[in-house]
Amino acid sequence: MNVFDLIGPIMVGPSSSHTAGAVRIALVGRKLLGGRVAEAEILLHGSFADTGRGHGTDRALVAGLLGMESDDRRIPDSFEMARQLGLAFRFGTVELRGAHPNSVLLRLKSPTGDAVELEAASIGGGRIEVRRLDGMPLCFTAEQPTLIVTNADQPGSVADVSHLLAARGINIATFQVNRDSRGGRAIMVIECDATLPASLVDEVADLPGILKAVCVN
Amino acid sequence: MVYFDSIEHMLAGAKERELPLWQFVLRVSAGDTGMTEGASWQQMQRTLDAMRACDEDYDPEARSRSGLVGGDAEKLRLAVDRGESISGPFVGDILQTALRMGESNACMCRIVAAPTAGACGVLPAVLLPYARRYQTRDSELIRALYVAAGFGAVIAARASISGAQSGCQAEIGAAAGMAAAALVYLHGGDEEQMAHGCAIALKNLMGLVCDPVAGLVEIPCVKRNAIGAMDALSAAELALAGIRSRIPPDEVIDAMRAVGEALPPSLRETGRGGLAATPTAQALRSVLL
Ligand code: SF4
Repeated sequence: MNVFDLIGPIMVGPSSSHTAGAVRIALVGRKLLGGRVAEAEILLHGSFADTGRGHGTDRALVAGLLGMESDDRRIPDSFEMARQLGLAFRFGTVELRGAHPNSVLLRLKSPTGDAVELEAASIGGGRIEVRRLDGMPLCFTAEQPTLIVTNADQPGSVADVSHLLAARGINIATFQVNRDSRGGRAIMVIECDATLPASLVDEVADLPGILKAVCVN
Repeated sequence: MVYFDSIEHMLAGAKERELPLWQFVLRVSAGDTGMTEGASWQQMQRTLDAMRACDEDYDPEARSRSGLVGGDAEKLRLAVDRGESISGPFVGDILQTALRMGESNACMCRIVAAPTAGACGVLPAVLLPYARRYQTRDSELIRALYVAAGFGAVIAARASISGAQSGCQAEIGAAAGMAAAALVYLHGGDEEQMAHGCAIALKNLMGLVCDPVAGLVEIPCVKRNAIGAMDALSAAELALAGIRSRIPPDEVIDAMRAVGEALPPSLRETGRGGLAATPTAQALRSVLL
């Protein structure tokens, strides 16, 4: 039981799912990209597409991309701020098959040309789930530090990654492995009990067979 | 031992550990989340501060993005200040505080979801005017918030605190139940009276549907905060006088769950039934969306 699930969060209105959750999704997207977002394509699905404008979902998403948290009073001004800070964004709608009604697909680009694509849902009370990353199905809430590793689907990678975490004394809370049957890729989602240092993420990325490693703290 | 699956277990747990209810709720919540009790208390102080800031920073000129909501709390304030209120300054204060919160939420200001953003006005609308009238210290208000959270946790576990799942009875109704228990606490009632205050408030809003016009948390949400606060006030008055809910509090919550399950989807936040289906709401929707 957590009293702050009943009295909280402190947030900018009007809706925990359509506003606070939207900020969080975009903020996780920004972290997955590794920092500043230069370009964003934001595709709204379901209720996000239907009532998103009236709920400020659009401003909330842009605010999250700029690095704001869901209680930031500047959320309503995010469009103007994006213009000043050089974030180019474009909205559209999309039909995502089998997705939660409050879902969004984000295609983000960094100033140096890195790109990330995520599909995420706002599941109520400001809580979120990332459901797809760079086209691969997975599921995580980003409530704990999370390491996401894409690798060529070959033996040994899981053990290598868990060794590195153990060497740093980082406890693993949950470990999922998802396979992409088409590309011969696999994706590991590792939720941890402690903050993940950037140097560790780099070490993981340098392991043989690892294609990409990102983290959300 | 699971304490928050019923009001009975929650009160028994507090008694067993010889703690007042607020402290029992604080202790269990801190333990379950790995927070220290001191950190939890500080976070609750920040939560109270955020409610107060929202009340004080209310902007009478602000309008929601749809333009449908804003300015009503100020109209009420002016009427109360002119001495035109039927029910007097204290009730007038409760009503306008509820509207200030609900309008601020619709206008993208910073609020505290309690238990949801749509119902954010109910708890502060009873706590802040009570404190203004009785010069209640913050530490007492924070204790009252823990009491409210304890009852909210049982409602969430046994029924729901989501309009999409169970209708507005689970948002404004749940908030009223939580606020009634908090008021009973503040006014010196015992734990049984808090439970019965909560139950009476829940019974009075049972069946309330979730029917937001154009799907926005504006109409009828803002004004329902005022009615939720009045429900909490009357339920607390009854409970403090020793009046009991003839149906035990846990059974009331079970009934609320069953009613929520029986509600058709059109009355559960889809914006397709109830007030949202009226010709005026349909016309507003087509202009807005
Ligand atoms: S009508 Fe629906 S959206 Fe509005 S406050 Fe009630 S439950 Fe929330």
